[in-house]
Amino acid sequence: MLREIWLVFLRSLRPALRSPAMIVVGLAQPLLYLGLFGPLLGDDGWQWFVPGLLVQMTLFGTAYAGFSLMPEMHAGVLERLQVTPVSRVALLVGRVLKDVVLLVVQAVLIVLVALLFGFETSVGAVLLGIGLVALLGVAVGSVSYAVALRAKYEYVLASVISSTVVPLMLLSGVLLPMSNGPRWLYWLSRANPLSHVVDAERAIFTSGSVLLGLGATVLLVCAAVLFGTRTFRREAA
Amino acid sequence: MIKARGLARRFETRQGPVEAVRGVDLDVAEGELVGFLGPNGAGKSTTLRMLTTLLTPTAGEALVAGCDLLTDPAGVRERIGYVGQQPGGGQDQRVGEELELQGRFHGLSRHESRRRAAGLLERLDLTGLEKRLVATLSGGQQRRLDIAMGLIHRPALVFLDEPSTGLDPQSRRNLWEHIRGLGVTVFLTTHYLDEADFLCDRVLVIDHGAIVAEGSPDELKNRVSGDLVVLGTPQAARIAPRFDGATVDGDVVSFRVPDGDRALPSLLRSLDADGVELRSVQVHRPTLDDVFLTMTGRSLREDDRAA
Repeated sequence: MLREIWLVFLRSLRPALRSPAMIVVGLAQPLLYLGLFGPLLGDDGWQWFVPGLLVQMTLFGTAYAGFSLMPEMHAGVLERLQVTPVSRVALLVGRVLKDVVLLVVQAVLIVLVALLFGFETSVGAVLLGIGLVALLGVAVGSVSYAVALRAKYEYVLASVISSTVVPLMLLSGVLLPMSNGPRWLYWLSRANPLSHVVDAERAIFTSGSVLLGLGATVLLVCAAVLFGTRTFRREAA
Repeated sequence: MIKARGLARRFETRQGPVEAVRGVDLDVAEGELVGFLGPNGAGKSTTLRMLTTLLTPTAGEALVAGCDLLTDPAGVRERIGYVGQQPGGGQDQRVGEELELQGRFHGLSRHESRRRAAGLLERLDLTGLEKRLVATLSGGQQRRLDIAMGLIHRPALVFLDEPSTGLDPQSRRNLWEHIRGLGVTVFLTTHYLDEADFLCDRVLVIDHGAIVAEGSPDELKNRVSGDLVVLGTPQAARIAPRFDGATVDGDVVSFRVPDGDRALPSLLRSLDADGVELRSVQVHRPTLDDVFLTMTGRSLREDDRAA
């Protein structure tokens, strides 16, 4: 199984390695937030804002992963892979890992740039923090591929993703503290698992309690991978 | 190599259920090159997709390459090669890497897969293209890469879905030669008569989800009542009543006789003895299209033109 995951991962990663510019293009949005929004929060804002930004980057970076499956679905590529003995789990997880590896590279770069702005952290916190967003990336990426498989067409996938990602992002408190808002909005955000991930990510960089958020993330990963592999099994007979 | 009984597939659509395949029985022996001939939408691809584990049958059972389709789809996948209707190479992948990985997906070691990939690329006239991106290959080259990917694990049975669709005449011919030379059991679908005629030892004609005729191309043609004889003569109308089912078109009379090549000499002698002036004589073997027309009342070619 690990061998199969590795092979699928390798196959997915190769085109990305041939055009590393795509990794930099994916950095444009978080860099804009870092440069043009971050300073609005004042000098003390970085410790609070950068962890949220990492989560936001993870969400936007992996939610659209499913699009890369579309051309392979419409040509006979996915079909060809489905008629090999490779497990359906590997077909999904190998792809997701490619997106997560690229995400980790981007997260490291963002943290480095944030350090220049005045973000303070330790190596341990960075490792932990990036580990957490990597887990979140596995969850979001798995769901994205599964939805792509069901949506079948780009325009369906685009509307499904944008109509879920934006509310998830707004209700996670990455941009402003949810406690600033009315109580109903606050409670609504508590129902969003992503807000717990954001809390945990912030706790990692300010040495608060990570347990609840970590638990939420692990649950998300399990549910997402389960949903993803089930979909891959069913859609692929 | 393939034994299917009562294989059926129904699709639920908004307009109600559609019976795409209605209980197909199939037997393909080892080493045979069998073609599934029928118009678009006849159920060819659906049957193929069921036999290759891509689609679960709603009824029926099948043994493919020695494994039960329903209980051991993984076993089937290990033993068959599949070349789908659409190009199977990732457009942003390198030719050599894509082929090598396909072998490794089938459990080959990297070394072994590379060795076989090199051999296949040479056999399919793709040597020198290893480093190219699949997207830069011509249609014929991509098709041959698809076939290489279907063969890398040396399957005993290969499925080809509409192998030559979209290729120019020269590439088709070239592809056919490669398919003929594969040396394994081949099951292919086509809606081209010339393809079935050229490639297949045996043809199954499918229409509306059911097999309507089966046999070698020659056997099938013999079922159409005889060869078409076309005589050019000014006395066309006068001699037409001599032949069963003859049709007259100006100075031309056409009719069918069994075994036309042998019937012709005596036929010509008797016409000559009666003083009939003949200007031209043609004998046409029936085509698979005639077979299809006889079996279904429709022409495959009409379907082709409409598509």
